[in-house]
Amino acid sequence: MTNSSAVLKTYSVVLLFLALRAVGNSSMAWGMKQVPERMSMNPALYLGAMLNPFVAMGIAALILALLARMALFSVADLSFVLPVTAVGYVIAVFIGKLFLHETVTRQRWLGTLLIFAGAALVGSTSPDTTPSVEGQK
Amino acid sequence: MKWVLVSFMVFATVLSDLLQSHEMKGAGEQSVSARGLARLLHIIAQRRLLILGIACNAISFFAFMALVQAEPLSFAVPASAASFVLETLLAKFVLHERIGARRAAGALAVLAGVVLVGG
Repeated sequence: MTNSSAVLKTYSVVLLFLALRAVGNSSMAWGMKQVPERMSMNPALYLGAMLNPFVAMGIAALILALLARMALFSVADLSFVLPVTAVGYVIAVFIGKLFLHETVTRQRWLGTLLIFAGAALVGSTSPDTTPSVEGQK
Repeated sequence: MKWVLVSFMVFATVLSDLLQSHEMKGAGEQSVSARGLARLLHIIAQRRLLILGIACNAISFFAFMALVQAEPLSFAVPASAASFVLETLLAKFVLHERIGARRAAGALAVLAGVVLVGG
């Protein structure tokens, strides 16, 4: 695989991960608002909450997000994945503003801008700087 | 109590990510197609350290849930960003990743942004 197609593939997994996590978190947050019981240390309450279809869909999306992130770790450094996937915070701010009509303070916009600029800076570096260890177990 | 939860969460997150990164690099390139995900599940079942990493991920998730139930989100989110600093340092010294000036500057900008978004 050429270097540019490998980088393109890495970014497509980043996008998939961000989309799955955004869908998962939003669906879970929406579903949890419909669950009447307040959560405590009782695990039965959590199991009961999972019967809500939005919570169940949220958990399924978050499990897929976890798998996508693991696939990402196979082709990119930890020090690359962490800042680049922090763009999820930016998405959360926009979802809050556009769909939940939350007030976004100037401080939060500044933070969003910094995350975006930082992620872009890290994104301009090579995703994988360690030697390949394929086949090692 | 809140600092106990924060320490617990940060420690579990750092351990989880280090283990996942180390094990997945060792497993070679993986894809996210249906067949790729099935292969990924097979790899998870074979690697004990990867299972430990996922268990740490779950511990970190529940510690975060307990933290946001007791403390405001504006404390929990920036506090969770502490793992970011530790992980970047450990990525350099334990995983031997090359962190140049551009990547370090970007990581610091993201860290400052996360603290501002949460605060």
